[in-house]
Amino acid sequence: MAALGSPLGTLRGLLRELRYASAQAGRPYRDTPAYQHVISAFRAHRVTSEKLCRAQQELHFQAATYLCLLRSVREHLALHQEYHGKGERSPEEVAGLVGFRLPQQPGGKG
Amino acid sequence: PPERKRFYQNVSISQGEGGFEINLDHRKLKTPQAKLFTVPNEALAIAVATEWDSQKDTIKFYTMHLTTLCNTALDNPTQRNKVQLICAAVKFLETDTVCYRVEEPAALAELQKNEWDPIIAWAEKRYNVAIGSSTSITGPNIPASTKDTFISHLASYNMWALQGIEYVITQLKSLILSMGLIDRHITVEKAVLLSRLEEEYQIQRWGSVEWAHDYDLCELRARAAAGTLFVHLCSESSTVKHKLLQD
Repeated sequence: MAALGSPLGTLRGLLRELRYASAQAGRPYRDTPAYQHVISAFRAHRVTSEKLCRAQQELHFQAATYLCLLRSVREHLALHQEYHGKGERSPEEVAGLVGFRLPQQPGGKG
Repeated sequence: PPERKRFYQNVSISQGEGGFEINLDHRKLKTPQAKLFTVPNEALAIAVATEWDSQKDTIKFYTMHLTTLCNTALDNPTQRNKVQLICAAVKFLETDTVCYRVEEPAALAELQKNEWDPIIAWAEKRYNVAIGSSTSITGPNIPASTKDTFISHLASYNMWALQGIEYVITQLKSLILSMGLIDRHITVEKAVLLSRLEEEYQIQRWGSVEWAHDYDLCELRARAAAGTLFVHLCSESSTVKHKLLQD
């Protein structure tokens, strides 16, 4: 079995990611199906204890994988917004880059 | 084209005849080919619903990997059957990343040996096959019996899980690393690190460029994690509606 760290650490990380994801929807994350499913799965299999049987290890691996998914998607999106999402600069921004301002033409172009 | 705005308030799941469905307000989610979106497993449905509920103002499909995998399984756009999928997967062994070795620079060759030899050894022991590695441009010589063993092993997975397995293999460019993941021998983070060993080596030497390196790293982790989770959820026979998974 892969080196996974502590089940409690995984659970905490997973709940944290679900909280971030829920912030988008503006709904308390404890109400979401995902949160309830994760909590009940960990409770049912008692995956927070020290020694884990095979089924518990499989659940822990699944939780760690889901945590990786949520975290990586969030980080990837943040990088995308930061570096790839800005689109083209407006004419005002471009002019500002070299210290110019666009002329004001209240009546429009003649 | 501009991104589609989030057009729904509530996301919920419900159980239909064919499996679990995703509801966006009162509308039932459909696949790109307009089929009803049904998944065989409740945990998978919840995870897909979470993807949809995580969208803020616009729907960013490129972040919704589980949804994409389900759509692929339902629509099968490449029109491949089980045998074709398995052959495509096993064919990757001929160009498996962990089997392809450089001779120079010596530091990279050493790193490949230290990091990749153990995972090959694990696969050889686990599946009782010979794999080896090669510095030749034509790659390793994989015995037919090795391929047969993997073909036979993959045949035990249902169609949905196989779509997931083939997806992970394509992302990681390695059958061996993918089996390491599917068999829970290594974590996603480790599998991605091993897949990107040469990049990581170059990054250690030359430094990291966030907008390129970290971007690629996060994306590969997300895809590998999604694929692995998808395979495991579609393989859990106790929680799966078998009717939907018939080949």
